[in-house]
Amino acid sequence: ANMKLILIFSALIGASLCLETFVGHQVLRIKTKNEEEVKQLQLLESLEHLQLDFWINPSAPALPVDVRIPAVSVQSVKAFLESQGIQYSILIEDLQDVLDKEKQDMVESAQRQRSTSTFDFGAYHTLDDINAELDNLASEYSFVEKIQIGESYEKRPLYVLKFSTGGSKRPAIWLDAGIHSREWVTQASALWIANKIASDYGTDESITSLLDKMDLFLLPVANPDGFVYTHVSNRMWRKTRSKIPGSICVGVDPNRNWDAGFGGPGASNNPCSESYHGPSANSEVEVKSVVDFIKNHGNFKAFLTLHSYSQLLMYPYGYKCTRPDDYAELESLGRAAASSIRSLYGTTFQVGTICKTIYQASGGSIDWSYDNGIKYSFAFELRDTGRYGFLLPANQILPAAKETWLGLKKIMEHVRD
Amino acid sequence: AARAAAVAVGYLRYLRGGPGSGLQLRELRRARRQDIDDVGHKYYLELELEDVLDKDRTVNCTAEVLYHLGSKTSAPDVQLTVQGELRSTEEADKEFYNRIRSLEKELVAENIPDSHGNVPPELEPIHLLAWVASGYVIWQNSTENTKFHLAQVKHVKQVKRNDEDLQFDFVVLLHEMVSQEVLPWEVTLLWHPQRGARVPQS
Repeated sequence: ANMKLILIFSALIGASLCLETFVGHQVLRIKTKNEEEVKQLQLLESLEHLQLDFWINPSAPALPVDVRIPAVSVQSVKAFLESQGIQYSILIEDLQDVLDKEKQDMVESAQRQRSTSTFDFGAYHTLDDINAELDNLASEYSFVEKIQIGESYEKRPLYVLKFSTGGSKRPAIWLDAGIHSREWVTQASALWIANKIASDYGTDESITSLLDKMDLFLLPVANPDGFVYTHVSNRMWRKTRSKIPGSICVGVDPNRNWDAGFGGPGASNNPCSESYHGPSANSEVEVKSVVDFIKNHGNFKAFLTLHSYSQLLMYPYGYKCTRPDDYAELESLGRAAASSIRSLYGTTFQVGTICKTIYQASGGSIDWSYDNGIKYSFAFELRDTGRYGFLLPANQILPAAKETWLGLKKIMEHVRD
Repeated sequence: AARAAAVAVGYLRYLRGGPGSGLQLRELRRARRQDIDDVGHKYYLELELEDVLDKDRTVNCTAEVLYHLGSKTSAPDVQLTVQGELRSTEEADKEFYNRIRSLEKELVAENIPDSHGNVPPELEPIHLLAWVASGYVIWQNSTENTKFHLAQVKHVKQVKRNDEDLQFDFVVLLHEMVSQEVLPWEVTLLWHPQRGARVPQS
């Protein structure tokens, strides 16, 4: 049997190519009957030149093995499986067909949602759809402008919505979401909040007086590369997608990359870790772009950032476990905001410093902003407390956004006054 | 203390959970830690729990979680007392049991919940059984420096048996809060409406 293996594999070696589309690629589901068959598949898996892409890796006989096979290798792999008596079925006949259909569906759906009155804020959207909605908001409201503050590692634009009713470099509030890409409720909430602020200006007393005195800058997708990756590859991706010299692992935790206690406890120096702080502070362009923007502006009074999950409302510090100078005011404001949040649906948020409430974590964004003179620095962890975690059902987006908005508003009103 | 509470809840889910009930921590009422020389750290906890399928009802529980000193290989000891009655799920359990037993093809499912947080209603009991299975894994693998939550059921396959138990082979993704890692774990769960759940030792 092994001789046969070697013969077939050498034929496949000759056939391997570098492919750019998925035309003719098939996805097979292989049902192994015993350990021996699992080992055969693991052998197959180790032959890198075949460019097999295992969606479910061979591990135990009871679990199916799903594998995407490039077009040129399909017949040979099937011949191999059949010669070994290994059962399989075809999950996807031609992967490109499936991808084309999916793309078509999304285009059609996007076309249906071209105006803000039909954008479904209670659903999860792709990056393209979100960016289209930002354009819609900017075109619908004269005081809303879409600006680009930089580019991600993979060259995606970092778009910020600027809410300004006039003046020149008015005192400003910063709000970002999605710095950790798997926290989908945050990007979704940010979009609802953007629409809420835009549509309430002129009718809601509080928002109107806020925007008459201050500017608001909102970055709904702080980590677009990671966000796209959660849509197309791995829903649980957290970090950026930057290549790390000397490592096969990808990505830096963007909330350990800020210049605040950088490299200290609560961040990892292992590139394969989810909390890898990166080679140096601000090494991530997604972080540096924000830092530069805020420094150049010079007049930010508040820095607010959205994460999920756990239902927490936190202020500095994370990199050290001592209280900030403004502890009393921040604690009291935090409690008031948590109270506002609770008033809507009874959702409870715990309030405190990052270190006390969640864990010691260095290189975080609100520690940087606070140490750079932005007193009102808060980090929110939105719903839920673990039942769904990152996979919060879409029907909770609107309640989460609405209650969070009340908390943010409370803080913004205090900053204004 | 929140980490110890997560261990206690995991343990309780393993002990008392099933396809018709999903216990969740509503509030950690009180916590105190005791350092015992040469033994380890013991947490005394007062928990308020709710059933995700019946949020109006809560139940109180006292728990003691002992993390053994230095031991990386032994699970924390958990003792708990539930005050009051947990909702009876006899009907739902029986219905689920009969439904699965009468399936012609063994049940297979993936990504529960899906990327958008959806769980089809007929898979909710499987989701809850995954909570039971992951409760066991969480209890067995927790330390004072970890806090695990079930992030997603990546894959589940039913395995038909000759005896009366239902068997489900899970691949679950556990989210560890302190390191932020999401770790895949294989775990097999046996369940019977009267006998409850267990993870067989292999």
